[in-house]
Amino acid sequence: MAKITAGVGTSHVPLLGRIIDINQSKTDDWKPIFSGYDFTREWIKNEKPDVVVLVYNDHANAFDMTMIPTFAIGCAESYAPADEGYGARPVPVVQGDQDLSWHIAQSVIQQGFDLTIINQMEVDHGLTVPLSMMFDQPEAWPCKVVPIMVNTVVYPAPSGERCVALGKAIRNAIASYDKDINVQVWGTGGMSHQLLGARAGIINRDWDTAFLDKLSNDYEELAKIPQTEYIRETGTEGSETVMWLIMRGALGENVKEIHRHYHVPISNTALGHIVLSAED
Amino acid sequence: MALDKPYQDIPGTTVFDGEMARKGFHLNQFCMSLQKEENRKAFFADELGYMNQWPMSEEQKQAVIDRDLTKLISLGGNIYYLVKITMAQGMSVAHAVSMMTDMSPDEYLEMMKNGGRSPDGNRYVGEQQNG
Repeated sequence: MAKITAGVGTSHVPLLGRIIDINQSKTDDWKPIFSGYDFTREWIKNEKPDVVVLVYNDHANAFDMTMIPTFAIGCAESYAPADEGYGARPVPVVQGDQDLSWHIAQSVIQQGFDLTIINQMEVDHGLTVPLSMMFDQPEAWPCKVVPIMVNTVVYPAPSGERCVALGKAIRNAIASYDKDINVQVWGTGGMSHQLLGARAGIINRDWDTAFLDKLSNDYEELAKIPQTEYIRETGTEGSETVMWLIMRGALGENVKEIHRHYHVPISNTALGHIVLSAED
Repeated sequence: MALDKPYQDIPGTTVFDGEMARKGFHLNQFCMSLQKEENRKAFFADELGYMNQWPMSEEQKQAVIDRDLTKLISLGGNIYYLVKITMAQGMSVAHAVSMMTDMSPDEYLEMMKNGGRSPDGNRYVGEQQNG
């Protein structure tokens, strides 16, 4: 049977994808940021996930204002990197797992989550930067990906409670999948950042740290945080952090934090990263 | 009943909600078109002529020409859409973001290097602004 063995939380800052793409990530300037992923890169080589269910938000690349699904699942064979306005990232095409995507879609919809099903789309930095942070610059990504896309661009984003519940529904779906595969769930985006207005540049290290502290055992408390608090405390774009709760919900009751990294700033953003193993 | 907007007392912040999305629909769709290289070329060759393909307001078009991001946000622009204009001309996102603050790009980057803008004094309208 399929099993969710671990969860990863990580910011998906586009600049870091760029730094990897131009081969600068190992220079002294960027070492303090990337060295926080050294542990994870070694760990994931041993873990060898077959599939990553990758939770992210699109940033006006695959989707414009025509249609805005709140929760969507990619069911495509593959996903090409999007041209975000300055050329597509020179990274491998992301391979999907259509069997698992459709299994999750059917199971999760029948559990009460009316996901939008996407059969063709390109993926932006929200999905490709986490892959680069974890796998650097491979010829091909070493795992398949099931994209779960969440709207965090247009208010309102889904609530934390719905995100945890979606994670739990994904967990149920994977527990009933008959192939013997190792699945990880990644929650991406955040942490503190605000890209607009006179208040741009807000960073709330204390709030971000408390979120990371509570993610393992007090996530039901985190789930009650309304979006306005994310915005007030961590910035408009800090709202993305709610997506980490889908990852947490998918891991079951007992988890162990095995790695954490936090760095300010990457351009406008606080970078957060955590690795949780599922212990149930 | 009016929509609940509990975020309206956050200073220096515009939340991209339904009201802004309606106001900015054509502006944002115009920005989206700049994802394509041929459209970027056409826009830079004749900015107003290019924008006239969308039923944007004159105020929105002028604010695009002026690269007045603060104004564009107030007219319904979403930041992820708006930076397609500034990225197309080679400006970093951090530089574009700094243009909405009272800091120069260098001062803004310096603030970020020093840990970013503190939330203290910046949570509620009326609190002392804290750089």
